[in-house]
Amino acid sequence: MSELERSASAGDGHATGTGTEVDLHPEPQYPVNDPGHPEHLPRLTDVDEKAADRATRQVATMFGIVPVLAIGFAVTYFAVPETAYIDFGFLHVGLQHTLLGVTAGLALLLIGIGAVQWARQLMDDHEMVDYRHSAASDRDDREYVVTELQKGTEESKITRRKVLGRSLAGALVAMGIPLVVSFADLGPWPTKRRRAATIETTIWAEGVRLVNDITYVPIKASDLEIGQLVNGQPENLKDLEGTELLQAKAKSSIIVVRMNPNTIQIPASRQDWQVGGILCYSKICTHVGCPISLWEQQTHHLLCPCHQSTFDLGNSGLVVFGPAARALPQLPITVDNEGYLVARSGFTVPVGPSYFERDSRNDFKEGDN
Amino acid sequence: MARPAATVTEATATRAETPKPELGPVFKRAAAPADYLDQRLGVAKLSRPFIRKVFPDHWSFLLGEIALYSFVVLLLTGVFLTIWYKPSMAEVEYEGTYQLLHGLSMSQSYESTLHLSFDIRGGLLVRQIHHWAAMLFLAAMLAHSLRVFFTGAFRKPRELNWLLGVALIATGLIEGFAGYSLPDDLLSGTGLRFVDGLIRSIPLIGTWAEFFVFGGEFPGDIIVARLYMVHILLLPAIILGLIAAHLALVVYLKHTQFPGPGRNETNVVGYPVFPVYMAKAGGFFFIVFGVLVLMGGLMQINPVWTYGPYNPAQVTAGSQPDWYMGFVEGAIRIMPNWESHIGGTTWSWNVAIPGLGTMGLFFGVMALYPFIEAWVTKDKAEHHILERPRNNPTRTAFGIAAMTWYGMLWIGGGNDLVATQFHVSLNAVTYILRVAVFAAPVLAFIITKRICIGLQRSDEERLLHGAETGIIERDPSGAYTERHNPISQGEAYTLTQHREYAALMPAEADDDLSDGQLRRENLRRRASRFYFIDTLRKPTRAELEAAAHHGDDHDSIGDGHDGNGHNGHNGNGNGHHSIEAGRGAEGAGAVPSQTQ
Repeated sequence: MSELERSASAGDGHATGTGTEVDLHPEPQYPVNDPGHPEHLPRLTDVDEKAADRATRQVATMFGIVPVLAIGFAVTYFAVPETAYIDFGFLHVGLQHTLLGVTAGLALLLIGIGAVQWARQLMDDHEMVDYRHSAASDRDDREYVVTELQKGTEESKITRRKVLGRSLAGALVAMGIPLVVSFADLGPWPTKRRRAATIETTIWAEGVRLVNDITYVPIKASDLEIGQLVNGQPENLKDLEGTELLQAKAKSSIIVVRMNPNTIQIPASRQDWQVGGILCYSKICTHVGCPISLWEQQTHHLLCPCHQSTFDLGNSGLVVFGPAARALPQLPITVDNEGYLVARSGFTVPVGPSYFERDSRNDFKEGDN
Repeated sequence: MARPAATVTEATATRAETPKPELGPVFKRAAAPADYLDQRLGVAKLSRPFIRKVFPDHWSFLLGEIALYSFVVLLLTGVFLTIWYKPSMAEVEYEGTYQLLHGLSMSQSYESTLHLSFDIRGGLLVRQIHHWAAMLFLAAMLAHSLRVFFTGAFRKPRELNWLLGVALIATGLIEGFAGYSLPDDLLSGTGLRFVDGLIRSIPLIGTWAEFFVFGGEFPGDIIVARLYMVHILLLPAIILGLIAAHLALVVYLKHTQFPGPGRNETNVVGYPVFPVYMAKAGGFFFIVFGVLVLMGGLMQINPVWTYGPYNPAQVTAGSQPDWYMGFVEGAIRIMPNWESHIGGTTWSWNVAIPGLGTMGLFFGVMALYPFIEAWVTKDKAEHHILERPRNNPTRTAFGIAAMTWYGMLWIGGGNDLVATQFHVSLNAVTYILRVAVFAAPVLAFIITKRICIGLQRSDEERLLHGAETGIIERDPSGAYTERHNPISQGEAYTLTQHREYAALMPAEADDDLSDGQLRRENLRRRASRFYFIDTLRKPTRAELEAAAHHGDDHDSIGDGHDGNGHNGHNGNGNGHHSIEAGRGAEGAGAVPSQTQ
């Protein structure tokens, strides 16, 4: 255990009397001899009683201020109105909150600084030496444990009746089955059918109106100007609430954008997906699913603020920069007889980030028509 | 540093005859309760080995303490937060005091976070202390791991404690992430959306994992409650267990110490737990706590009310995770958009590789490193004297290279902010980082290694030729030289107290070794050459003596020329030696002239 010794022999670099057989440093002696511990240099507080008194007063004063701050904390808690505000420099915060923090923080700090000052200035600062022992056990201990383990094993008869151990191991391993099975209800299983009903579909369908995502006002084709971008949702989203609403919203969010049809490329297969340069894309990034929202009007680029994937809305939503791999899914739209934008169908491919079972052969790629 | 105090050892203490010492008033009063406890718990026996246990002193040993204390602060403030926080995703309409969000639909968890921040006195303070403490917890753990790495404290017998430390950092990272997902504000919801995309991208099982974690389709109604359990029960329990084991090993193996006079592999020099460390470490806890409370009071963090409730259709530009997830975020951002479409399946390398691979690589390499180095050196000795980083240039260079890699990814995590703050192209920043994440570490490795070797040369210079004095002398022939003073024996001992390893030449084919063994051995030897071939050897005893004896005249002073090796350089009024002079006899010599 902790044998503290006056290190009279410390200079010779050998551990003596540690009672261990393991050589802790088999390496050759260092090229320079250990000069031994340096002489203890007294501090000012060791030789000057006045300095020690001064340090004592410092520590006691620090501790003494703490009760004052503690009471200040209580006074702040009850007396300072929560509506009072500080507006000073970088601070724009509640007065009560700040004062609570300052009083409690300073109080704790003073306890800490006081204790450290006490230790540094007034406590005995003679260094001590403790000897190390090898982390390994003594040979005796090892031998004892090994022989006793052997004896115990034999006494248990497991060596002679091996079936005991094997069947026990089998039993324990088998209990892994209930353990694993118990977690099978963590969530619904994403079977093919369930995938088709959840992550592979949205509430978009033929004839669903495109509405403004905040006001739910239907979007009229004639109200959109060239260069304008509107964040939209399907009109039937307002029938949902709670979790269903969020789950639907996480897939159905769209952006409706009007561009000059002469400056953008619309592939032949998607000529009838747009209304006079008004195009509609999924707002959910194909990278990890952030809603994309930064619109560069001149370049027709749409940038995701999360990881900066950039999509070209003037070119079927193809990726022009960043970590996203797939084009933004486009929603085919048309106008109804009142002039409002409506979906011609749901999305033709699953929206949002990739997953293993996703069939990505139908996504729009560079060079498709 | 000082001469150790006299303490009683078992051998010298004669128990039976020792007269009962006069007890102070406190001890007199505590005697009865202490006796009561001792009769039932044996407290004297239990505390005996620890009460005067010696710990060495160094500022860098405080880093681990900061981590420990911030964790304690996290536990304390976390309990306070659970009193009001409601881990529910049920939808409610906000009617609290914060006018700007009035009437908005939000989850109960967000509402209760707002309630805690605005209507509970001190609630915002405690929430901010908790968040700052989490930041500090991870920062201190990483800084502590750097200290341990660069000083070689992970070497035998502490490899397992290093593994516990790696596990602590990894767990702390997830714990922090789980924590900042709980308020369910727009920022934390966006973080969860990212995690959803990340989980989904795992090849083969991604969709299943996603449905199992979120209880169905994102966002579902249960993830916050699950993360709450993980955040306040599962991971804290794991972290507590790991910390207990980590500290128990520190106590059992005793703390490492830096080289220095009087210190060697078999001792530990420092101050006793009681009373010095009780005051210093206890005081330091209050300092860490106090600073965190002041930060919580004065520095705003995560003002969730400005973000609004989570809405999967909205996001804030400049969304960023807490700093410790920044390197993963960076990897995600700078990754090229690789994705394979094989048949009806999608292999999302652009998310899976940086998202899971970065953390896997980081913690994997970290965990393996001590074993790689031990395999190269085949060093089976115990190490308790810390290595100065320069004395293992290759390891130090590895460490700096890893830090550089981490730093590049970290910059990548804020590539949009770099672009807007420094008015550079976002695309350029990203393209440069794609190269820099590989090139910069190599560059850092080379530069660091050269700096280390340079520092070793300067050590050698001091050992062989002494310290520069700034005094220029002109000899009779007119040549100018600078006078050098020999360094103290203590310093020389400190500079030469490290272990050296040989760079091994390839092994010859041998009957003892099979082909496979020979190949492995030669691989190891090649690694040893990579590690140690250009590491500077420290001077041998003979070289040091030779330098002292024949020391080229300009290198030594005064009586160094008298050819009297022993004590040749000492005692001639140079400040370095005044300390050792008091050691008398042997100790007084200048280093090189010491013989055994």
